[in-house]
Amino acid sequence: MLKEALVKKLDYDELSNCMRCGFCQPACPTFRETGYEAASPRGRIALMKAVADGVMEPDKNFVDQMNLCLGCRACEPVCPAGVPYGQLIEQTREAIEEVQEHPWWVKLVRKLAFFHLFPHQKRMYQLGGLLRFYQRSGVQKVVRKLGVLSILPKQMREMEAIMPEASGKGIVDFFGGTVIPAAGERKYRVGMFHGCIMDVLFNETNRNTVRILSEAGCEVIIAPDQVCCGALHAHSGEREQARHLARKNVAAFHKADVDIIVSNAGGCGAMLQDYDHLLAEDAEWQERAQWFASRVKDISEVLTLLVEPKEWQSLPQRITYQSSCHLRNGMKVTKEPVNLLQAIPGATYVQLREGDRCCGSAGIYNLVQPEMAGSLLDEKMGHVAATQADILVTSNPGCLLQMKAGIHRAGLEGKMEAVHIVDLLARVQQKEKPLSPPE
Amino acid sequence: MLPESIREELCAIVGAKNCLDKKEALVAYSYDATPMQQALPDVVVMPQSTAEIQQVMRVAARHHIPIVTRGAGSNLCGGTIPVGGGIVLVLSRMNQIVEIDEQNLTITVQPGVRTVDIHQAVEELGLFYPPDPGSMVISTIGGNIALNSGGLRGLKYGTTKDYVLGLEAVLPNGEVIRTGGKLMKDVAGYDLTKLLVGSEGTLAIITEAILKLIPKPQTQRVMLAMFSDMAQAARSVSDIIANRIIPGTLEFLDQGTIRVVEDFKQIGLPTDVAAILLIGQDGEPQTVDRDMGQIAAICEKNNAVQIKVATTAEEADEVMTARRSALAALSRMRPTTILEDATVPRASIAPMVAAIQEITERYDLRICTFGHAGDGNLHPTCMTDARNTEEIERVEHAFEEIFAAAIDLGGTITGEHGVGIVKAPYLEWKVGAAGMEIMKGIKHAFDPHNLLNPDKMFAKQSRNRVVIQRA
Ligand SMILES: Cc1cc2nc3c(=O)[nH]c(=O)nc-3n(C[C@H](O)[C@H](O)[C@H](O)COP(=O)(O)OP(=O)(O)OC[C@H]3O[C@@H](n4cnc5c(N)ncnc54)[C@H](O)[C@@H]3O)c2cc1C
Ligand code: SF4
Ligand code: SF4
Repeated sequence: MLKEALVKKLDYDELSNCMRCGFCQPACPTFRETGYEAASPRGRIALMKAVADGVMEPDKNFVDQMNLCLGCRACEPVCPAGVPYGQLIEQTREAIEEVQEHPWWVKLVRKLAFFHLFPHQKRMYQLGGLLRFYQRSGVQKVVRKLGVLSILPKQMREMEAIMPEASGKGIVDFFGGTVIPAAGERKYRVGMFHGCIMDVLFNETNRNTVRILSEAGCEVIIAPDQVCCGALHAHSGEREQARHLARKNVAAFHKADVDIIVSNAGGCGAMLQDYDHLLAEDAEWQERAQWFASRVKDISEVLTLLVEPKEWQSLPQRITYQSSCHLRNGMKVTKEPVNLLQAIPGATYVQLREGDRCCGSAGIYNLVQPEMAGSLLDEKMGHVAATQADILVTSNPGCLLQMKAGIHRAGLEGKMEAVHIVDLLARVQQKEKPLSPPE
Repeated sequence: MLPESIREELCAIVGAKNCLDKKEALVAYSYDATPMQQALPDVVVMPQSTAEIQQVMRVAARHHIPIVTRGAGSNLCGGTIPVGGGIVLVLSRMNQIVEIDEQNLTITVQPGVRTVDIHQAVEELGLFYPPDPGSMVISTIGGNIALNSGGLRGLKYGTTKDYVLGLEAVLPNGEVIRTGGKLMKDVAGYDLTKLLVGSEGTLAIITEAILKLIPKPQTQRVMLAMFSDMAQAARSVSDIIANRIIPGTLEFLDQGTIRVVEDFKQIGLPTDVAAILLIGQDGEPQTVDRDMGQIAAICEKNNAVQIKVATTAEEADEVMTARRSALAALSRMRPTTILEDATVPRASIAPMVAAIQEITERYDLRICTFGHAGDGNLHPTCMTDARNTEEIERVEHAFEEIFAAAIDLGGTITGEHGVGIVKAPYLEWKVGAAGMEIMKGIKHAFDPHNLLNPDKMFAKQSRNRVVIQRA
């Protein structure tokens, strides 16, 4: 039963640490949208505790409130008591998942996605290849013309419309190897975490990441046995599978013996940094997990250490930045991306109002909670439009897709583009591309 | 449980989606920021207008259902705990700024507007609403008014009561009254505005407020002064005021708090000093410079071991970090944090802090003290664990002695958090039997059937202690 599962999984000490001061509420998008205590972090923690204390049964309304949470963790940095809300909601979702009866097709989709697709990078590339065929062969055009897509829900249609060109090959294929030497003197040995979706849908960003790192003096190791970070699993209540993936990644990078493990996706990075917690009770892996977690850095942190903006090309455009939740609230990286953008010669950096608020993408949230996600996105695009920026920068693939969808939805296409920070930096570096592989 | 018919009546007034009785809603409105207090209401009602509140009030009056009005639920006195069940009336959806009147320097607001939103709205126009409770990012103006909340600027600028010019409120019989207005002078009859300020939701439901604004001070400067002796820190406070300087901020941290803050933030605070004063001044640049110089000299004369004056915005921020991190640092020590509130005349701060220390040691507890040195409002904060019932009992006794000590020194049981249920047993210590009688009479005049926030302020049983009169 759900109640037992929750009592077992929830960290009661952390629940008790919440002093109910409410300081987390103004940071919470779902609370701001609803004004409803139960849809706030303080409320959700109170509901969890009420279940643990036996004050209430974890009924459907309880589960609904837990599902409405974006998992953006904006509530964490503002909490005086340091309550690790992100861990509490994952524990709750793990318990819910354990007992939840999904309809057969949801079960099937979850099983396929979480167990048979994301963990197997080869299959991701195969799917990427298929998608590329769909996009390139003209099938996409035909499908769009025929109006077949109208059977899909609005959110899915929007996603189809902005889907970037997929790749059937990962960066290892592109570079023809797993070790890319530093251009010039070697300063660090950096392990590149290429991500699962990242390497298929944003392969160019990955390539640019490797190139920029190498040019900045890093020997880049693309550890060959790495797999999906497990963030989607953990956020959807499949923590056991997340642990399984974590062990594989820890082993892969430990073997590669790197100084830094770099991530260019905030969502993945925060998950990777959390491996020490995830595997804390696993005596065999604990130590290596700590080794791993302490080395994870975001690309913007590494570049801040290494690059010299003076050599950059001028880019006379207005740039704004939507900070990705897990990068900010999970990895606590806030200044570095902004500093890098502000250093671009010729560019005007405009601060995005509430650029630190979740865009509503949140993993697969925009698909399962379209209403809340939609209204958060509309609010976001209002602020985005007000910046009159030419370029909207983010640092996470989910947010990037959502921003592309938002630009499409708000009719800002042609006026503004959404770009990953790495791709923008690659643009201003504009050197010869000595390492770019043959297509 | 409320009969279905009453629930339907309430739903018809505010709409089904604003009238909630699912368990999850009842749990979510069963607590506020007060530690260890919780009680489930029967129904949660979220009105959008004064007219809806009137109708809800009439339904409650007809069926004798208690009503607890709630802003953000950030109070620390159990003020919004529905101890007797009934209706929790949530005003957070009535959150519009009605008008900013730059001619009369007033702002008119609905009760659910957050304090910080008032600050932002008026400061954009070069105006200023001084009351700044530490909780202002969440607290609502309705809650501020009902508790007469104070903040860091209380010494120089006063508290909420000094800025409320007029109110609209719904009485327990459903009638609406308007008190005061955009007037600086008004002596027509009893001052019902002041009576409603600080009435803790026991007399009427505040539905609109007219607040006074002042011009925004031009500059702001801050400094930290560290003392190896609490008495010398306290003497500095008195000397500053005796020198006819009223600082904008005058806060202090005791040694226990300093150690915890330094442990938490590593900002280089000396952990062997007995007290730190955070002193700030705002106003005209020349005046601020002159005051800051004199304040530094006074602290030096009183043997401050170190003085750190901020010259840049970053340094000011650094200096403020010490005070701002106090609660965060303390609340990470143990699972339960009890942030209390006792006030003494500011000349008695040193003996009060000494008394708190002695009581803490005698009961073998962890209590650190910080607070508003300028107005004598101290926050002894206890780090404990609600699950340890034996310790909690000691905490209870210790705080009882702390409140008694405050009264002995001519102080009071609460300077800004309110009486609520937590301090209700002690109220008589402060106001005496005759005071209690007249207060109960006022409550009866407004609310003869005891519908609004019952059991708050007036405990069923008071603590057995005579009021101590100071000569
Ligand atoms: C970390 C922290 C720091 C704090 N710092 C301070 C501080 O510096 N100074 C200070 O004074 N307080 C402080 N407080 C206490 C609290 O935040 C304030 O008292 C605040 O004014 C409460 O506002 P609220 O909107 O949360 O009111 P609530 O907690 O919702 O309600 C408080 C009381 O007001 C009544 N009430 C609310 N709205 C209305 C209305 N419209 N009409 C009639 N009655 C109403 C309620 O019934 C209740 O009795 C702090 C609290 C916390 C958690
Ligand atoms: S800010 Fe932290 S302690 Fe305060 S209510 Fe939110 S989670 Fe609890
Ligand atoms: S994770 Fe985000 S949506 Fe969820 S409670 Fe925290 S702030 Fe709100």
